[in-house]
Amino acid sequence: MARNKEALVLLLDVGPSMHHLLPEVEKICSMIVQKKLVYSKYDEVGVVLFGTEETENELTMEVGGYEHVVVLQNIKVVDGDLVETLKKIPRGTLPGDFLDAIVVGMDMLIKKYSSTNKGKKRLCLITNGLSPIKDPYEGSKEDQVNAIAQQMTSHGMKLESVVVRESVVLDENVSVMEENDRILNLFPKRTCAKMVFVESSTSLLGALKTRSISPVTIFRGDLEISPKLKIKVWVYKKTSEEKFPTLKKYSDKAPSTDKFASHEVKVDFEYKSVEDANKVVPPEQRIKGYQYGPQVVPISADEWDAVKFKPEKSVKVLGFTDSSNIMRHHYMKDVNIFIADPGDQNAILAVSALARAMKEMHKVAILRCVWRQGQGNVVVGALTPNVSDNDHVPDSFYFNVLPFAEDVREFQFPSFSNLPASLLPDEEQQEAADNFVKMLDLAPSDKEEMLQPDFTPNPVLELKKSMKRMREKPSGSDEEDNYRRITSKNKVDLIENGVKVEKIGDLTPVQDFELMMSRRDNPEWINRAITEMKNKIHDLIEDSIEGDNYPKALDLLVALRKGCILEQEPKQFNDFLHQLCKFCLEHDLRSFCDFLASKGITLISKTEAVDSDVTEEEARNYLVKREAKPE
Amino acid sequence: MELDPDDVFRDDEDDPENEALRQRASSKELVVYLVDASPKMFSTNCPSEQEDQKDESHFRIAISCILESLKTQIINRSYDEVAVCFFNTREKKNLQDLNSVFVFNVADREFLDRPTAKFIKELSRLEEFFVKEIGSQHGIVSGSRENSLYNALWVAQALLRKGSAKTADKRILIFTDEDDPFGNIKGGAKADMTRTTLQRVKDAQDLGISIELLPLSQLDREFNVSLFYADLIGLQGEDLAQFVPAAGERMEDMKYQLRKRMFKKRIVRKLTFSVANGVSIEVHTYAFIRPTVLGSITWLDSVTNQPIKIERSFICADTGALMQEPPKHFQTYKNQNVKFSVEELSEIKRVSTGQLRLLGFKPLSCLKDYHNLRPSTFIFPSDEEVIGSTRIFIALHRSMIRLNRFAVAFYGTSSHSQLVALVAQEEIIDSGGQVEPPGMHMICLPYSDDIRHAEELHSGTNAAIPRANEDQIKKAAALIKRIDLKDFSVYQFANPGLQRHYAILQALALEEDDLPEIKDETVPDEEGLARPGVVKAIEEFKLSVYGDKYDESDNAGHKKVSEASKKRKALADGAVQKSAQYNWDALADSGKLKDLTVVELKFYLSAHDLPVSGKKEDLVKRILTHMGK
Repeated sequence: MARNKEALVLLLDVGPSMHHLLPEVEKICSMIVQKKLVYSKYDEVGVVLFGTEETENELTMEVGGYEHVVVLQNIKVVDGDLVETLKKIPRGTLPGDFLDAIVVGMDMLIKKYSSTNKGKKRLCLITNGLSPIKDPYEGSKEDQVNAIAQQMTSHGMKLESVVVRESVVLDENVSVMEENDRILNLFPKRTCAKMVFVESSTSLLGALKTRSISPVTIFRGDLEISPKLKIKVWVYKKTSEEKFPTLKKYSDKAPSTDKFASHEVKVDFEYKSVEDANKVVPPEQRIKGYQYGPQVVPISADEWDAVKFKPEKSVKVLGFTDSSNIMRHHYMKDVNIFIADPGDQNAILAVSALARAMKEMHKVAILRCVWRQGQGNVVVGALTPNVSDNDHVPDSFYFNVLPFAEDVREFQFPSFSNLPASLLPDEEQQEAADNFVKMLDLAPSDKEEMLQPDFTPNPVLELKKSMKRMREKPSGSDEEDNYRRITSKNKVDLIENGVKVEKIGDLTPVQDFELMMSRRDNPEWINRAITEMKNKIHDLIEDSIEGDNYPKALDLLVALRKGCILEQEPKQFNDFLHQLCKFCLEHDLRSFCDFLASKGITLISKTEAVDSDVTEEEARNYLVKREAKPE
Repeated sequence: MELDPDDVFRDDEDDPENEALRQRASSKELVVYLVDASPKMFSTNCPSEQEDQKDESHFRIAISCILESLKTQIINRSYDEVAVCFFNTREKKNLQDLNSVFVFNVADREFLDRPTAKFIKELSRLEEFFVKEIGSQHGIVSGSRENSLYNALWVAQALLRKGSAKTADKRILIFTDEDDPFGNIKGGAKADMTRTTLQRVKDAQDLGISIELLPLSQLDREFNVSLFYADLIGLQGEDLAQFVPAAGERMEDMKYQLRKRMFKKRIVRKLTFSVANGVSIEVHTYAFIRPTVLGSITWLDSVTNQPIKIERSFICADTGALMQEPPKHFQTYKNQNVKFSVEELSEIKRVSTGQLRLLGFKPLSCLKDYHNLRPSTFIFPSDEEVIGSTRIFIALHRSMIRLNRFAVAFYGTSSHSQLVALVAQEEIIDSGGQVEPPGMHMICLPYSDDIRHAEELHSGTNAAIPRANEDQIKKAAALIKRIDLKDFSVYQFANPGLQRHYAILQALALEEDDLPEIKDETVPDEEGLARPGVVKAIEEFKLSVYGDKYDESDNAGHKKVSEASKKRKALADGAVQKSAQYNWDALADSGKLKDLTVVELKFYLSAHDLPVSGKKEDLVKRILTHMGK
């Protein structure tokens, strides 16, 4: 396996609690493979499912155990069939054990590639971490994780865990979830592993590195603070824009019967004198002419080499300055990262000390960099501290290029305060704007930050990955919708009246409901919100096919329940739940009642809301009783 | 840095950087600098801040600003055409032969023409011959009907007759410190002169020429624009109140302000910024910061020094047939060639045709230092087409500053789409005037595809990564305090590579022999670093982090390097030995070199210190060249 080739094993949780997420999982997994087909078509991929009814893996045959783990696809070079397979992941029936799956995945990698090969080996686990893992036969779970981690390290494998965390987590699952989180968290401490929590499907898309690039240092050497103090550092790119793949030009000249035709096009350049179009100038007879005003100054490469600016390769600190002296908008280019030479413990300490001191003092360092010998220019930039909170990731610096005097154009603009009053917002409008900014919050304190760059994939790149789809429907409307979904959260009428929600939409019903419930300008809003919510839930259940809308309906029901408790309207909810169950039983939708019972939805009891006439016991038994009745 | 001929034809649709450059070159500018040369301009001095520099007269400030702008133009916008014209002069030189107006020029150049190296050179030597050849003299004297300002405007307007107003921006920039040019004229003559001058201005404006004033205030008395010039440049009401003459007690400030006004504000794009469903406002974008690149390269025939033309032909790799421009591109997918036409490709890239769409707000702390890809773009509202834009923009701007938020928006153009952060910038004013204009900066955010995680590459598999302790951090803090750059400004360094490039070009263009020395401002202050206080702080930090082993660890590094080079040397030695086993001459003569393997060929190459890269044919060719065959 070549050095830049990758073997990837996908470990997918298909247990019942994951079912509603699987369509998204199918989408990203098939996308990963599609991307590989375009960018690195020799990469190899295997797929392991856990939480299945069946058991099918080599380990269970060899040593026993490892039940409910199915190898859906042995490791093989990516192809179109795999994309199709991943689009239809079979659903499982049992809660799965992710540790078992990890071991099976590792086993596949070890068996397939002997330890000598140099390629990258990656395990990628997608789960919601809600199913308990079995106790090992001997030792504790921690010991087991340690053993696995050790194996991974020795075989040079990487583990990436993506844990989908939704807002609805019910009490009994919390302990399992915490235990699982703790166990998964052990991996990054013991071996080369990474763990990401995501809340939404857009983040799920971005969380998985669909293409791995082996990073290359752009500089290795001394970070010179003074001639007496040099710290050994390595510099990598931190961000670099990923471009659309360059397409080859297509030639249709080859006869269609020729199966081996490459259809490629060669490009030939010829240099001709402007005056005499028939005179061809051989390439070595060319000379560069530099424009200077209307003049063109011819200079040969040798002459130029003799006189041009030739700085020595070095990275030197010019000094430190207050971070307020550097404006964010002065950053010019993609960003580099400075890491201490990983082999030099003292350098790691020195970088760590400087980074932490700079952070405390709000300072940045100004650097002059010449990355390579022979580079025709110097770069001046700002070094900002990046203090790591992960014990296994060293402290580092980010480096941003700053402009030179020549790069800056300054223009004068009128001050806002000097503008005539007719152009300025009045107090009411300003307040509306304040509210607007507060409402459209993409990073609420209690939730995951939305549209985080680290988790937001480029729609253009995502699109072209699915080349085939594009052939059928060359438009990007899906992706745009995806973004719009986030924005059209609520209907906003900024100019008129600030932010008001008047209807529960289809896209973010829970938020709409909460906003409506919190409106204080008219008590009628609460009733209206509750009524609308009820209708929504009703419609969802009625329209559901084989329970596909149940999770969504559950979300709404939970929100409704919460809202009714907050607003002390327990009767509204209890009556609705009665009615709903009755409706379900009448219309052969009993599965929904069971679903609710399994999620622990209860009536609102007296302890939760004083107005309720339901005791706690009654509340708890309500759905359970229903379940028992028909038998 | 250099433009490769192959590179010229690269698919540059994807290159947003080019977009800005192209925008810049799209329209050219015709500028006439009208400089008042009355004796007053020479007598008023402006104190300099630096003590070692002499005070400068207003005239000199004006000339140095023009020079600076010409130098930028010759580099970046060499298609612009300029003329420098003095009025209130003793001598006259102009097409209409009007008194008191002198158009400065050099040989082989029209009055209004592209700036040349010689022109700039001569202008910078102006003082040496000004008194002798041009001379300063009040042009407007009571009792005479002579009106030098009128004449100057007429000359300038005649110069700008060149070129169509559609393809070029035509501007007249007036540098003066006289706020009341007809002040010493009495009675009807004054009204008469004012009227004719304004009429002349109006004629010029009707021809699409914009006239701008760069007033220089005197120390004791501010330039009063309402006396005369307000009418001339058409300032009214609100605008008049906002017009601040380049005051400035210090010369540096004055230069800074003039420089800011001399460049025309170029709107990069007019955008629709949709704030919410159904609410859109109009904004204009401006490029404040763009990397200045070396001017374009023209390939010349080294024998004749005539430009050459590059012709490109497409040849089918299968049949060898010459093709017309290939209409389709392809990408191999699942072993099939998927073909795309140019239209399809641009369709794919166009995720959104909408322009700038607000998605929401985040606290400023969410904008990390590594969220950057390209230079930022400045946004300022405009009420030109959508009334109320400024009001909404300002309301958002104020809220964002008050709540410490930045906006996330989706910015889609036909070729490119990007998530951007809009960071509200409050106006910053210091003694020198506006430092940062109010508005928003649009910063391109990376996508997850663009972010790499190099720092995790070395995340320890075994022990925890060492962290600095309190004492080490304290020592580092002491060190940072010692090496402090006060008043650091990002604009303080000139690009040494670029400066040198143009200094050399200028010298060659003027056929001068000795090349100028360019000072590299970016080297660290070695002297400062050698001060005892700094040295002490450094030594303490070293001791705290490295213990007394600093030198050792340094040596270890060297040893590592030497090991690597030893290995390389060993390889080369091996190659020499192995190479000696072949009879290269005989092989070359019999044409059997191509029968050897690439590995064998490389023995020869590495034994003779030649590059070992390339295809087998190249290797054979290289060996033959080296043998002289």
